[in-house]
Amino acid sequence: MSDLRVVSKSLPKVDAEAIVRGVPHYVMDMVPAGALHAVILRSPHAHAGIKGIDVERAKALPGVVLVLTHKDVPRVPFTTAGQNYPEPSPYDTFMLDDKVRFVGDRVAVVVAEDKQTAMAALALLEVEYEMLPAVLDARDALKEGAPVIHDETDSQGIHDAGRNLAAHIEMDVGSVEEGFAEADYVFEKEFSVQYVQHVPMENHVSMAYLDDKRRVVLVTSTQVPFHVRRIVARVNQIPISRVRVIKPRVGGAFGVKQEVILEDLCVHIALKTGKPVVMEFSRAEEFFASRTRHPMYLKIKTGFKRDGTMIANELRVVANTGAYGAHALTVPSNTGSKSLPLYRSPNIRYVADVAYTNLPVAGAFRGYGAPQGYFALESMMDEVACELGMDPLELRRKNLIRQGDEDPIATKLGEGKEGFARTVESCGMEDCIRLASEAVPGSGPPESGPFRRIKRGRGFALCMHGTGIPGDDMAGATIKVNEDGSFNLLIGAADLGTGSDTVLAQMAAEVLGVALDDMVVYSADTDCTPFDVGAYASSTTFVSGTAVVRAAEKVRERLRAVAGDLLGTDPGSLEFEGGCFEAPQGKRIHVKEAALKSFYGEHKQQIVESASFLTMVCPPPFCACFAEVDVDLDTGMIRVIDIASAVDVGRAINPTLAEGQIVGSIAQGVGYALTEEMIFNDKGKNVNASLMDYKVPVSTDLPDIKGLIVETDEPSHPFGVKSVGEICLDNVAPAITNAVFNATGIRFRELPLTPERVLKALRKAGL
Amino acid sequence: MPRRKRGSGLRIELTINEKAYEPDVSAGETLLELLRRLGLKSVKFACGTGNCGACTVLLDGKPVMSCLMLAPQADGRRVTTVEGLSTDGGLHPLQQTFMELGAPQCGFCTPGMLMAAVGLLSENPDPSRDEVREAISGNICRCSGYVRVVDAVIAAAKRIREGMGKGNV
Repeated sequence: MSDLRVVSKSLPKVDAEAIVRGVPHYVMDMVPAGALHAVILRSPHAHAGIKGIDVERAKALPGVVLVLTHKDVPRVPFTTAGQNYPEPSPYDTFMLDDKVRFVGDRVAVVVAEDKQTAMAALALLEVEYEMLPAVLDARDALKEGAPVIHDETDSQGIHDAGRNLAAHIEMDVGSVEEGFAEADYVFEKEFSVQYVQHVPMENHVSMAYLDDKRRVVLVTSTQVPFHVRRIVARVNQIPISRVRVIKPRVGGAFGVKQEVILEDLCVHIALKTGKPVVMEFSRAEEFFASRTRHPMYLKIKTGFKRDGTMIANELRVVANTGAYGAHALTVPSNTGSKSLPLYRSPNIRYVADVAYTNLPVAGAFRGYGAPQGYFALESMMDEVACELGMDPLELRRKNLIRQGDEDPIATKLGEGKEGFARTVESCGMEDCIRLASEAVPGSGPPESGPFRRIKRGRGFALCMHGTGIPGDDMAGATIKVNEDGSFNLLIGAADLGTGSDTVLAQMAAEVLGVALDDMVVYSADTDCTPFDVGAYASSTTFVSGTAVVRAAEKVRERLRAVAGDLLGTDPGSLEFEGGCFEAPQGKRIHVKEAALKSFYGEHKQQIVESASFLTMVCPPPFCACFAEVDVDLDTGMIRVIDIASAVDVGRAINPTLAEGQIVGSIAQGVGYALTEEMIFNDKGKNVNASLMDYKVPVSTDLPDIKGLIVETDEPSHPFGVKSVGEICLDNVAPAITNAVFNATGIRFRELPLTPERVLKALRKAGL
Repeated sequence: MPRRKRGSGLRIELTINEKAYEPDVSAGETLLELLRRLGLKSVKFACGTGNCGACTVLLDGKPVMSCLMLAPQADGRRVTTVEGLSTDGGLHPLQQTFMELGAPQCGFCTPGMLMAAVGLLSENPDPSRDEVREAISGNICRCSGYVRVVDAVIAAAKRIREGMGKGNV
């Protein structure tokens, strides 16, 4: 594939001009005049029964249209997680319930003619609560006698509700007991990671209205339009055929929009009132009432032979899913299955207990459990190297998974069930290490003085990830020919700002021999585009991309037949080169002319083809992250002064967009490592639910982050791609903490490394 | 001065993107809400507390966060939004370089980022990378890590200095 014309080119995104012109294309830009506004009354208590809600005063307020409590909506247990049906997450959530399980849980809903009225009416609702004891820590929640958070009898799929155990995972390869017995050295370390939030710039927002046939049209900022359609239909007890979901432009998601968070209510209200209705989270709600990354306690125990060969690796996790179990089984599954295969070990054990607590709900977040696992694993590898007196890179090299290796975990631990065999067909880790290491060469001693005491250090971490969910991830694509040789590309894939509309169109254009401008992309609309599981599990370029390539190939063959007709030649004898079908005698016809003639030649026809693709493999991308940090010994402030990740992506369909994924992931990883943390008071209230108090990195907090691409030959995709969307978040935190160790000799096993935490440790170490 | 109307309503006069408006506003309405109500949808709500910059517009040529300003305070002032960046249907150099260099990902912060950058370049036509980072430090982007945003501002500044596009708003 040396003569690619559209693929492998850094072309501007198909929607780039619309973005820089600020055209209205997000949900809130499309709300019709006169739409109703719905707002949610949120629980002030971490755990309480609802004895009664007096709605009369609120209803009497002029402009209030509707008030909903648990008595007014169907009671259907469901999961908000947008996953394949039947979802592997427990059905432990109700549209509205007679119990609240965290500060911020849904209590009631007010619908009014405008938002101010709706907000005013919230204050008029009188709720009688029966206070229940709350539990705010995952380990406490699992203790005997802890308050039971899901004591309702109609939830389904909870591992052990009486013990607050949403999910439990155990996976063994070989026998770690035997491995530890054989080991010359055994190391055991504990880590913990915090609550963090995705902070998409666009808050959750949904709008619904009825069309002329009284079907409900839901316009929503989502990663999973088809899963949303199925879930809202089920919860509202209407057929899927009565719902149309449109995903317009999405203002960032990062996993938090792989959920049904507003859509169930929005559809319910549109059906009940017959009027357009919009619901939009405040930024505070985005923090405590959407989803977060799972906080975890991790204990890793690893056995090595004297020469540094790993012989047993055991990771035990207690994860906190918050009040509901969205992704409770699958995220913690990935904590083990994404991280532990990185190092060859004949004996591996992974155990996870996933606890309910009376805190906000965890869910999918870029990396999907892997950043937690890698923080433990890659910190551990550094510590072990240090204690064995080995070079940390050499210790890793000795044990790294290699091309041709089987991933021993893949068959045992899949998406909440047994998985599928996985062989590493391509691996560019050595190139990743070399490139990232060279990009962060170390910048010499820091400028220090009596009033500025700085320690500088350099560290790194490695990781691998997945590409789609084998046996689950399926996508469709439809391509329709137009008279001018342009093509409609209709896809259910959800571009979240990632550029998937562009890379999918690039692949189609390449196959069809036309320019990117000739592809007219439409995504995603459940009435008009084929099914796609949605944008998650780093699947789109691989899974949806293969469907697109297959559909494009089918269209090309149809056009080949037209060209054969026109040239009076056997279509099979035509070469396709540079957008032209060429007969052996040299006569040729351009694909655009064939397109026109397909409408107006002798055999008039509309050429339109669809294809779908189900992945049965999960090729791993690989990544090395190198970081250099300055630690201020007087303030505890850590500054990342240089950072680079190099990623084996297979092939980058659009290098600029791939690099954007790498750099953006690193920026989020820096926040995870250094500043981001949702803080709760002893009543379970999130006390820093604003962008003032929750610190995401801004431009002056970051250096010029370097995103580097390594290309390998991955045989499982038509253009040889592997994923790039999530992997680079997996190893940033350990790269930074390893650099901090290099600077100070202090190991941080708890994130984030806020100045307060660092300063305490520096003082304790006498620095 | 805003003219009082019946009830709590006020009528103000302001110029938005070189066009005169005389909207009726309520005393508590923010400039952000007013601009969006008037159809200028490039101006984004994302936090409402002045911490993210998604609602940045120019007020008399200087970047302000429109969520922190009440609409009546904009009486008699000149507001510029992304919709007003180009009058001839073409693209402002910043829009061009943002597009060409792939600065936006989800695009939600882009309008505010563009206006902050316009404000910078009108005062400093040749900024360093650090000066660009300082100027956009009130604008959160969760997608990009800022590198290509900085690249795009530097490239646009050069283009404007070399007379390849108009830079004054």
